[in-house]
Amino acid sequence: MNPRGVAMRAGWQRGVIELRQSFTNGAELFSHFLWPVLMLVALFFLRDKAFGGFQLGALVLPSMLGMNAAMGMVSMSQQLTADREDGTLLRAKATPNGMLGYLVSKVVSVAGGLLVDLAILLVPGLIIIDGLATGSAESWSTLSWVLVLGLLATLPIGAILGSVFTSARAQGLIQLPILALIAISGIFYPITALPDWLQWIAQLTPIYWLGLGMRSALLPEAAVGVEIGDSWRHLETIGVLGVWAVAGLLVTPVVLRRMARRESGSSVAGRRERALQRIG
Amino acid sequence: MTGGEVVLDVDGLRMRYGATEVLHDVALRAHRGEVLALLGPNGAGKTTTIEILEGFRLRSAGRVEVLGVDPAHGDERWRARLGVVLQSWRDHGKWRVHELLTHLGSYYTPYSDGAIQRPWDAAELIAAVGLTEHAGQKIRTLSGGQRRRLDVAIGIVGRPEVLFLDEPTVGFDPAARYEFHELVQRLAGDQGTTILLTTHDLDEAGKLADRILILTAGRIVAAGTAADLTRQIAGEDEVRWTLDGKPCVESTKDSTVFVRELFTRYGEAIGELEVRRASLEDTYLTLVRQSEVAR
Repeated sequence: MNPRGVAMRAGWQRGVIELRQSFTNGAELFSHFLWPVLMLVALFFLRDKAFGGFQLGALVLPSMLGMNAAMGMVSMSQQLTADREDGTLLRAKATPNGMLGYLVSKVVSVAGGLLVDLAILLVPGLIIIDGLATGSAESWSTLSWVLVLGLLATLPIGAILGSVFTSARAQGLIQLPILALIAISGIFYPITALPDWLQWIAQLTPIYWLGLGMRSALLPEAAVGVEIGDSWRHLETIGVLGVWAVAGLLVTPVVLRRMARRESGSSVAGRRERALQRIG
Repeated sequence: MTGGEVVLDVDGLRMRYGATEVLHDVALRAHRGEVLALLGPNGAGKTTTIEILEGFRLRSAGRVEVLGVDPAHGDERWRARLGVVLQSWRDHGKWRVHELLTHLGSYYTPYSDGAIQRPWDAAELIAAVGLTEHAGQKIRTLSGGQRRRLDVAIGIVGRPEVLFLDEPTVGFDPAARYEFHELVQRLAGDQGTTILLTTHDLDEAGKLADRILILTAGRIVAAGTAADLTRQIAGEDEVRWTLDGKPCVESTKDSTVFVRELFTRYGEAIGELEVRRASLEDTYLTLVRQSEVAR
């Protein structure tokens, strides 16, 4: 096999190993379950509340799935920063085709972890909540393509954020604008109730379209009434997520290469010094 | 030591950060299987030099060849022939020793050639660095010395032809240091690996290296074997004696000639003669002091 093929396979194995590690230690298991469980508790109390002729729980669950899927970009970004700080990335750089393997592994471990997290929310959610349109194969195929396209759109953004913001502290800060975008993305509150200018901002982000796509997959046809233009807008969803995906896949290699070029033993040692000062 | 193939070849190397010049005209050369130590105080430019050779840092000027390739343009095939021992901190803490070495080794499989079978078998390698008992352990549970040996194992998992070690024994206790020196000597001796290491520890340089290059303030001020260096530079022997019971002391470049003249002149009146040869340490300190005065 050629060297790049070998590296991609090694990256796949690396991703699987990291995935396994993240589900076999207490602290990480806790973080995998914490948010889904809190959301399920909220869903449980919302399940019978009515909103515009629908059960509120049914309206909220697909949106939560969309939001969680979008959060993959935050974990991608955080992992990149952490791996750079502790020297994992430099090891990859010192290995032939190691950066390629590293990137494959991140996609596998972040996307894989995300799928499990979504299942942790969705499976009990389907039991608690009535009124979702999950009977047809079409629902599941819509859910699949929205998810795949959504990850293609958001994971590169996460990789770029992780390359540009170098410190763990900056990583904490970039979560704030992302949370703000989630707040206006129609996930907690129908977007049509927001002022026009906020609607426009929300529709520029992939987060809104992930939520919309999930609602289109899991809600009955009549629920389309709360959406902009009374439509699930699949074409627009493909368009916006597609633009983000293409832009991300074009820009990410450039940014990652620039970041990798700057890595050396002394840059890792410098960050280590600073981190130890923070602790001490 | 050897007259074989030139593996490291550096000439006129300069490095500038903005207005500050950190390397002035560095030149060095190493043949296959040779161990070179770059010795100097902190801030002398050792790490910068080694990072340029590793291909992790771009130089300002000069000619650099590692295995016949300019590191600034080294491809992955070139990278596969190199070993870099990094100072680890807490990376891969959740991985097990055996698991990580097997994984990192797998990247090297396509780069075997007739002479060298890559990668090094993980179990064999773990035995070579003395970690067999800890093979199944999570990396974050290793002690400092064990972790450092793992760092070396990671550096050599691809059976490199050149190995770079930057300050390899910082923070070692004497026993760990001894074991580490054994390992480096085995690598150079049995495997024919060319090794460039940086250190500010004089004894370490003297013990491990075939040749020592003394780098201070970005310049190589002396180069040679430990014995060469002692002979070559400034080092003066110290001669002590008593003349009719009165203690005398004198520093001289050539103690043999000095002592012969002493006896010719005073004969029986000389007692308690003691000659202390210039040590490598004296030489080193003299050199560092000179270059600091010059700066």
